[in-house]
Amino acid sequence: MATNMTGSSQAQGGIGTAAAPATTHDDHLHEHDHHDQHWLWKYVFSQDHKMIARQFLITGMFWAIVGGALSSLFRLQLGWPQATLGWLEPILGKWVVGGKIAPEFYLALVTMHGTIMVFFVLTAGLSGTFSNFLIPLQVGARDMASGFMNMLSYWFFFLSSIIMFSSLFLETGPAASGWTIYPPLSALPQAIPGSGMGMTMWLVSMVFFIVSQLLGGVNYVTTVINLRTRGMSMSKLPLTIWAFFLTAILGILSFPVLFSAALLLVFDRSFGTSFFLSDIYIAGQALPNQGGSPVLFQHLFWFLGHPEVYIVIMPAMGMVSEVLATNARKPIFGYRAMIGSLIGISLLSFVVWAHHMFVTGMNPFLGSVFMFLTLIIAVPSGVKVFNWLATLWRGNIRFTSAMLFAIGFVSLFISGGLTGIILGNATLDIQMHNTYFVVAHFHLVMGSSAFFGLFAGVYHWFPKMFGRMMDEKLGYIHFWLTFAGVYLVFMPMHYVGIAGFPRRYYAWTGFDAFSQFADLNKFISTAAILAFFAQFVFIFNFFYSIFRGRRATQNPWNSTTLEWTTPIIPGHGNWPGEIPAVYRWPYDYSKPGSDKDFIPQTVPYSATPESNLPYEQELSE
Amino acid sequence: MAQSTTLQPTAATTDFADAPRSGTWDGGNEPFRASYGKLMMWFFLLSDTFTFGAFLTAYGLIRHKHGVYTGPAKDFFFSTAHWPVPEKVFNAFPGFHGVDLPLAFVALMTMILIFSSVTMVLAVEAGHRLDKADVQKWLLWTILFGSMFLSSQAWEWSHFIGGHEEPTIMADGTRFFGANLAMNQYGPPLFGDLFFFITGFHGTHVFSGVILLIWCFIATTNGTFEKRGHYEMIEKIGLYWHFVDLVWVFVFTFFYLV
Repeated sequence: MATNMTGSSQAQGGIGTAAAPATTHDDHLHEHDHHDQHWLWKYVFSQDHKMIARQFLITGMFWAIVGGALSSLFRLQLGWPQATLGWLEPILGKWVVGGKIAPEFYLALVTMHGTIMVFFVLTAGLSGTFSNFLIPLQVGARDMASGFMNMLSYWFFFLSSIIMFSSLFLETGPAASGWTIYPPLSALPQAIPGSGMGMTMWLVSMVFFIVSQLLGGVNYVTTVINLRTRGMSMSKLPLTIWAFFLTAILGILSFPVLFSAALLLVFDRSFGTSFFLSDIYIAGQALPNQGGSPVLFQHLFWFLGHPEVYIVIMPAMGMVSEVLATNARKPIFGYRAMIGSLIGISLLSFVVWAHHMFVTGMNPFLGSVFMFLTLIIAVPSGVKVFNWLATLWRGNIRFTSAMLFAIGFVSLFISGGLTGIILGNATLDIQMHNTYFVVAHFHLVMGSSAFFGLFAGVYHWFPKMFGRMMDEKLGYIHFWLTFAGVYLVFMPMHYVGIAGFPRRYYAWTGFDAFSQFADLNKFISTAAILAFFAQFVFIFNFFYSIFRGRRATQNPWNSTTLEWTTPIIPGHGNWPGEIPAVYRWPYDYSKPGSDKDFIPQTVPYSATPESNLPYEQELSE
Repeated sequence: MAQSTTLQPTAATTDFADAPRSGTWDGGNEPFRASYGKLMMWFFLLSDTFTFGAFLTAYGLIRHKHGVYTGPAKDFFFSTAHWPVPEKVFNAFPGFHGVDLPLAFVALMTMILIFSSVTMVLAVEAGHRLDKADVQKWLLWTILFGSMFLSSQAWEWSHFIGGHEEPTIMADGTRFFGANLAMNQYGPPLFGDLFFFITGFHGTHVFSGVILLIWCFIATTNGTFEKRGHYEMIEKIGLYWHFVDLVWVFVFTFFYLV
């Protein structure tokens, strides 16, 4: 299979004629002509979108290892609550007390796992990588609208990363009030050790993170609006670009609200205000703060927090659509419906946030409004799922690593999405709220799915990023271990959750009701830790292939989109000659009448009279 | 960066009978007839709208949680039990010590800021005419009005912090003048918190705007924009300036009028 795909590079020469005439000097790029760039400007402070994308990817991978390692630590505690973990002392130092992970540190572990995975891996690592890499290449632009701001976007992310990472080494530990940092726990430094310096650094780090998101977001949006090549109308954009475009808009509109909430929290913590504080006794002392509202914080947080889960999942959806169509050798089913459902999800994402707050004492009427709006999201999500399945239906499927992960994405999205319908019901949520059922739900539908989208993207676009192929065998091993691992972890977790097992609890041994789950918890922990170690297959494959992988051909997957018309390793400016123009949509796979099973976007209708539909024929005359 | 000139159709592309389509949204042009820089400013302002929107929503929700004074206006008194009536809090004017002039000073401040928007428009217009001297003139006026607004806000804040002639007897029986972030003599602690936070956040925006305008003035004087052949930077900063003015209208409405 693998040889079949990569061996078919001759297809490129066929009808992909508009691809990159080899000129020695690019006269369109006066500004970029720094052939002898200092390595510092080429690899570190680069303004080239492809280099910035690689920086985001590798930083994201670093964070994913950290986040995964943290989860392995707390799964150890949950799986073997009686075990002596003294062997962790060399790594964790005084956080292991008498062979036990300290309870405060357990809270810090789950908090940092969530923060790292949601923001640093699946927001910055995912859309930071692929929006940067693919937007200019797929819309046909030399680079992002502002390369300088794009560079700043990465370096603000880097600064934010440094601060968040440093907070792991504080004596009082990193932030420990959950990734949602609800006050009053997060607002009162005397409440738990993690609410001291750790929380301060969390907030500072997130402010820089938001700046990074804003700089990146305005760049992605303006690039898509202003820098599409000739002929690349909005209805000829690959679905990846639509997804990145809408994701960036969500980020621009929702992150500022987190910024507001963070600033108000900073004032509550450090300057004596009472925005989120009222009627609090701590250690027997009444606090002077009066009149604030912790529920206000939750509203502000989830106004970001809910669009955030779509910021995480939509880029994965876009890339999966692209990978599925390419490897099923079929046009994506319902292209316009796919765009419509992305837009629908984007709009709905702003009006469902309070479904995270059904049990916070919110007015039940408001709860039923949010429940109604939440359940509507099943409609565009269903449209997407059925379109993916219909795309696979009777396709000439090529099981590349990327394709396996894309199919895995669809599977996880269905499995996790179904429990979303349960949790979206306010009445059912009273039972399920803050249990492992919720944990299982969002880890499947947005955590693991987005990771699968990320992997699909890396395997699929690796040849464009590094000019070499990733190893397919290792890719298969990685896929099956991860796919099995994810289901073995999160399926049993549903049962634990239905029984009422609460999340974020350090120890459950004190509750008779949960003692029967000891075996199940051990099972989940074993699967989780194995799945974590399986990721090193990917890490090895990734770095080995950068240097030793088989050399890629120009269009290894026989794809139609513009990025495969660039040289194998595109230089600064992407196309050495003129940017190709676009004549058709990006999904002309297996078009009846055509002798090739794909027709690149750069081929005009006049060159393909044998396969043109009647209206296309008219356009060519 | 990627200039629009690189996207213009050239002779090389007309080999085929069907040239790529060239409608407004067909690529190769700027569908909103705005450069990427201007679009970025618009999207930034949209983002900032949500930041301020969150603050003003927080103001609304918190105020709604607090008590309302329902007695006759002439008997109004400061108390932590009800939200204060703005006319009773903001009734001082520099140089008119002891005279009750409700909202007079903030009205003046608002007028100054609106004037600065007018001069900003004139600077942008002068930029369109490539009239360097006029750009400089109107930028200077805008900087002056902006700085006046900031100075007025400083006076307003210091008066708010210093307090009225008469202290308020707080719940614990102590006499208290003025305001800080923990308590104030006008009403519930959050009245002061929100006042400082939101007008402060807006003031920071005005301050940044003045810095940007000073930078624009220096660049204009050095002929940077003249060499570039256009004054678009002034337009972009102008968008920001008008936005900050518009936000003030909302802040003013929330804190002083309702």
